[in-house]
Amino acid sequence: MAKKSIKIRAKVKGGVTTVKALMNHPMETGLRKDKKTGKLIPAHFINEVKATSGGNTVMTAYWSGAVSKNPYISFKFSGGAKGDEIAIAWNDNQGGSDSATAKIK
Amino acid sequence: MNTNIKRRVFLKGSLAAGTVGVAVGAGLLAPQAVMAAWPKGAFEAKSIEDALGASLGGKQTSASDDIKIKAPDIAENGAVVPVSISTGMGGVESVALLSAGNESPMVAQFVMGAGGIADVSTRIKMAKTGDVVAVVKAGGKLYANRKSVKVTIGGCGG
Repeated sequence: MAKKSIKIRAKVKGGVTTVKALMNHPMETGLRKDKKTGKLIPAHFINEVKATSGGNTVMTAYWSGAVSKNPYISFKFSGGAKGDEIAIAWNDNQGGSDSATAKIK
Repeated sequence: MNTNIKRRVFLKGSLAAGTVGVAVGAGLLAPQAVMAAWPKGAFEAKSIEDALGASLGGKQTSASDDIKIKAPDIAENGAVVPVSISTGMGGVESVALLSAGNESPMVAQFVMGAGGIADVSTRIKMAKTGDVVAVVKAGGKLYANRKSVKVTIGGCGG
């Protein structure tokens, strides 16, 4: 796994916090074939992304392999404040996981 | 001809079931604890209706123009199609994103947490030209809107 697999930007404006995050992940659907061997590449994708801030889960996303490689996500929530921490964690279908935190600007 | 088609469908069905069984047996679909909340049935469903039934608990949707879908009219690369969904509705519990042309139409589901605002964006893969369907669950009811996206190069499979 890459050293830092999640990049987070969070900004609060008028009481609404906009969070943008980029993750590093191959997001294999399980339908693609390896060009050299002709064998199917096993599915490997993030299936759960959880964002928490101030002890509350602000958003949970369930994904399939149909989310693009190195997924991008953006969402909004109300109630965040400058300096608060936002944490994003993901789990994939092969048992991998990662998390990162950032401060809301 | 007719029997031939039926045979094909049957083969496809049993093959699919077989692979899932093998995967479970080999522990490929492991840690169940982690996967517990993941609506597996929804993501494996082959039709939009089934996917919605498994993820949002209902198959009936009413069309709503209050759901805004931002996606390109023509996507040159089906592997990366940026999609944004937003709605002005209140009390949104969950937003589902589906692509009608995909093998398994269910792409993603976003569950709103504390203070969640229904305005999400991500990038998805689309196998072929089809509708991007956004389904919003608000106040126990399902609302849907769709937007057609033309895909020049498919993004699923090789």
